Amino acid sequence: MSSSEGAVTLSPPTSGRIPRRAPAGDALRSARARKLTLRAIALGYLALLLLTPVAMIFYRTFEHGLAPVWDAITAPNAQSAFWLSIEIVAIAVPLNTVFGIGMALLLERGRFRGKGLLGLVIDLPFAISPVVVGLALVLVYGKTGWFGNWLGEQGFQIIFSVPGMVLATAVVSLPFVARETIPVLRELGTDAEQAAETLGASGWQTFWRVTLPGIRWGVVYGVVLTTARALGEFGAVSIVSGRIEGQTQTLPLYVQDRFENFDSTGAYTAAVVLALLALATLLVMNLLTRRTRRETAA
Amino acid sequence: MAIEARNVGKRFGDFVALDDVSLTVGDGALTALLGPSGSGKSTLLRIIAGLETPDTGEVVIGGEDVTSAPARTRGVGFVFQHYAPFKHMNVHDNVAFGLSVRKRPKDEISARVAELLALVRLDGLAARYPSQLSGGQLQRMALARALAVQPQVLLLDEPFGALDAQVRAELRDWLRRLHEEIHVTTIFVTHDQEEAMEVAEQIVVMNHGRIEQAGAPRTLYEAPSNEFVMSFIGPVNRLGDAYVRPHDIQLLADSDGTGTEALVERVVHLGFEVRVELKLSDGRGVWAQVTREEAQLLELQVGQILSVRLPPPRVFV
Repeated sequence: MSSSEGAVTLSPPTSGRIPRRAPAGDALRSARARKLTLRAIALGYLALLLLTPVAMIFYRTFEHGLAPVWDAITAPNAQSAFWLSIEIVAIAVPLNTVFGIGMALLLERGRFRGKGLLGLVIDLPFAISPVVVGLALVLVYGKTGWFGNWLGEQGFQIIFSVPGMVLATAVVSLPFVARETIPVLRELGTDAEQAAETLGASGWQTFWRVTLPGIRWGVVYGVVLTTARALGEFGAVSIVSGRIEGQTQTLPLYVQDRFENFDSTGAYTAAVVLALLALATLLVMNLLTRRTRRETAA
Repeated sequence: MAIEARNVGKRFGDFVALDDVSLTVGDGALTALLGPSGSGKSTLLRIIAGLETPDTGEVVIGGEDVTSAPARTRGVGFVFQHYAPFKHMNVHDNVAFGLSVRKRPKDEISARVAELLALVRLDGLAARYPSQLSGGQLQRMALARALAVQPQVLLLDEPFGALDAQVRAELRDWLRRLHEEIHVTTIFVTHDQEEAMEVAEQIVVMNHGRIEQAGAPRTLYEAPSNEFVMSFIGPVNRLGDAYVRPHDIQLLADSDGTGTEALVERVVHLGFEVRVELKLSDGRGVWAQVTREEAQLLELQVGQILSVRLPPPRVFV
C-alpha cells in the first residue's frame, strides 16, 4: 500500500469529503504497516551507521582470543595513552563544569551589555573545526607565539606537552555545560532563589542549596557530553601534542598511531577501551538522573 | 512591627509601577493591598520585602530604615504567588530551610517543624515532595516555611490566586484565624475585592501605581473617596456622573408618586439574591439587587412595569 493511500484512510472522516471510506480494518492495517516501516528505517539507519561498525570493532578485537588483547592493553605506550587521557579529562571536565555553570548563571540571570555577543562567543567551539582550534593555540602558546616565548622563559612549556592538550580539550568541549544548564536554569525561575533569600540564606547558601540542586540534571548531562567530547577529541589535541609516543599520546591519538603502523589488534583494543569509557559515562549519567527523577516523581 | 513606606517610587523602563506611594501599616494589623493587575500592589509588596529596590523613597520596618538592607536581614516572611517550593526537598526540609541556614541545632529544628506542620495541618506529610501536594497544601507549606523563622512581618503575594473557589474560601477563613492566633503584622496582595473585604482589617486600594484610598473595609464601602474605589469595591450603576449601588435601589409594585417608572427587562435568580435589569422611563438602564422574598412579593416578570425609587446618588468631583 502506498503512503498516500495510508494518509487518506488515516485522516478523520469529514463526512462526504472523502469519496471512498475504507473499512476500519484496512485503516488499522495500514497504520500498523506505517509504524513498522518507520521502525525498520530507523533501526536500519542506526545499524548501518553505528551498531554494525561498533560491533565489528568488538568482534575484530577479540577475534584471536584474550591473550593478544591483554598484551595490547598492557603495552607501555597503551598504558601511558590511557592514563594521559584520564588525566586530561580529570582536569578539563571540572574546569569546564565550573566555567559552564558560571556562564549559564551570567547569561541567564545577569543584565549587562553584550550578553548576546557573549552567548555567541561561547558557541564558537561548536562552529570552529578542532584543527583550527589546535592551530590557533599553537600560534598563541607555541615557542614563537605571543605568550609562548615568555612562558618558556619562565620554564613553562604549553605546546607539545600536557598543559596544551588540556587547553585544547577544554576549548573544544567548552559550550556543553553552559548550553545544557541554561534552559534548566530558565525553567527553574528565580522564585525559589528569592524565597531562600527571604528565609535568610546568603548568596552562597542559596546557590548550593537551591540553585545547584534545581539545575543538577542539566549540569550532569552537560558533564557527560563534555566528558565524551574530551575523551574522544582528536584534531585539536593532535596538533598541540606533537604526538610523542609514550608522552603526549592520548587514546584517540594512540588508536590512529597503531592503525597507521598496521597493528590492528592494538588499534581495535584501544578503540574498545575508549568505547567502554564512553559507555561507563553514559551509565553513570543514567543512574544520577534516575535518582533525580525519583525525588520529583508524583 | 509597624511597616511604613515613604514616598516610594519605582519605574520599569517607561512604565511607572509606583508613583510616590506612602503607606503605614500598624503593628499586628492584617492589611490587604487591593487593585487591578498593573496597579503596583505586588511591586510595593516586593519593595517592602527587599526583593525589589525602590528608585525613590524609604521603607521603614519597626522604626528602622531598611531601604538598603538586603531581603535576608529584614525579618520578613514572604509567600510567593506560585508558592516557590524547593522542589528537590521534602516538606520537612522545605519548612526547615530558614532554620537550617541559620545553623540551628537539629532537635530544635525538628521540634519547630513539627509544631508548624501541625499549625498548617500538614502533619503526616513531612516526607512528601512538593510534586505530591495539592495547590492548597503547597500554599500551607509555603506559609509554614515563611513562619519558621519567626518573621516580624508576613507578606503574601496573591496567596489564593491559583486555587479553586472552595479551597480558596477555606484558606481565607483559615488565614484570618491564624492571624488572630499569631498576630504577626501581615500584608497580602489581591485583586479580589471580596477576598480583601472578608479577610483584611484594613484595605489599601491601588490603581495606576498610586494609593486611591486606605481604610477599614466598611469605610471604603460606605464612604469611597472616588469613583474608582466605589466601582472597585462592590457593584455600581453609573447614571451620568452619579453612582448608585444596586442594593440601594428600591422597587415598588405600585407607583406612589415618589419614584420613576421602569420596565423589567431581565430577572436573574442567584439563590438568595435576585438581580433585576431595568429600563427607566428616560431610557437609561440600571440593575437592582433584591432579596428572594422581595422578588416573590413583587411577582417579578419580564415586561412588568414597576416604580423605582433611587437613593440620593453619589457624585465625585
